[in-house]
Amino acid sequence: MQRIINFILSYRTAFLYSFLALISLIITVRSHSYHQSKFFNSSKWLTGKIYGAAADVSSYFSLQEENDRLVKENERLRRILFNANEENKVQLDTASIDFEVTEARIVKNSFASPRNYLTINKGSNHGLEQDMGVITTRGILGIVENTSSNFSTVQSLLNTKSNINAKIKNTNYFGSLVWDARDYTIVQLVDIPRLVPLVVGDTIVTGAMSSIFPENIPIGVIKKYDLNASKSFYNIDVELFNDMANVKNIYIIRNRNKSEIRELEALTTDE
Amino acid sequence: MNSVVFLNILRFILLVLTQVLIFNTLNFMGFINPMVYVIFLYWYPIKGNRGVFMLTAFLLGLIIDLFSDTLALHALATLTAAYARPLIMRFCFGVNYEFQNFSFKNTTKVQRLTFLALLVLVHQMVFFFLEILSFSHLLLILKKIFATSLVTIFLCSLFSSLFSPKSE
Repeated sequence: MQRIINFILSYRTAFLYSFLALISLIITVRSHSYHQSKFFNSSKWLTGKIYGAAADVSSYFSLQEENDRLVKENERLRRILFNANEENKVQLDTASIDFEVTEARIVKNSFASPRNYLTINKGSNHGLEQDMGVITTRGILGIVENTSSNFSTVQSLLNTKSNINAKIKNTNYFGSLVWDARDYTIVQLVDIPRLVPLVVGDTIVTGAMSSIFPENIPIGVIKKYDLNASKSFYNIDVELFNDMANVKNIYIIRNRNKSEIRELEALTTDE
Repeated sequence: MNSVVFLNILRFILLVLTQVLIFNTLNFMGFINPMVYVIFLYWYPIKGNRGVFMLTAFLLGLIIDLFSDTLALHALATLTAAYARPLIMRFCFGVNYEFQNFSFKNTTKVQRLTFLALLVLVHQMVFFFLEILSFSHLLLILKKIFATSLVTIFLCSLFSSLFSPKSE
């Protein structure tokens, strides 16, 4: 017994190292495959407050540019509104609206790591919850991952865990949008069958197979494509409309029918 | 004694804030975010308790992780660099670093730079290998290690000459 204790004491730093290393490996590997860790994320009170304060200061530097972008979007939306036919006009009865939109601001952006998360200044107090879609004025950005009362983290498109349903505009051929961690301006669209006619420059939009995003939200354009190893599907490089290094104002989309869809799906897979 | 503890706590907080608010948002050339907080390990007193040192290093990494949503990658990398520090010191300064009267003052500039460079390199290697965790991205990993280490070493040596500790 004495010898065992002596042994442990003489190697105590090595033991301490292995113990702490084990803890960090557990934290890392457990959330590598599926969701981000519930406890170790930047939506928490302290981290959120610090990022919020820093973003308050730094947002002044890009105010003009951001205003221009928002005015452009308003102009586009006005044009659609004024030219809409009387019967297609936006319905004012809120009970029949499928998607609700909330605005928010990014307080922390990240695009250099293989698993990027953004932090935004709205949380569960504002009605946010996991798996809501996040878009900007130009295109989609990601999906809400964790929320605290006043902040949330968003899993960016630029995350190797991200997998979003997307299709080629004006067709019904859909595939999955993934990222290979190499270039932050380019994501990959996979699982498009080889019989689909493709042209460089075609627009890619969100598909209808997801309960997170509405259909036809722009994503990017085809930059180049080739067949995958099995020669039956395309691997498509999509250049994003969003400049991921420079995003500030965002919209969060809530699908009011999501819980109903989820319930139905759960019932169907059970049987 | 108390002033050393206080100095290190202050350093800890300032380094976390500088790292998180300035260097994590740098994205130089699209992917280089230098990790200057590693200089904490370079500045930490040599004669302190090793257990406390490793716990502090672990905590430093974990707090950076919290801010940058990287699970526990920074924690593991910083912990490993802290564990390897005595080995690196013996390699750089020879056996005489174990004597009571050893201090950074009677070492050469080259020795100190090698010490810093090795600390940073160990840290970055652990960090990027675990971050990507895939051998098909080996070139990307090497590119990131090389570029980020270079910038980090450069910035850290600037920092160390700017704020050189006088009492230690």
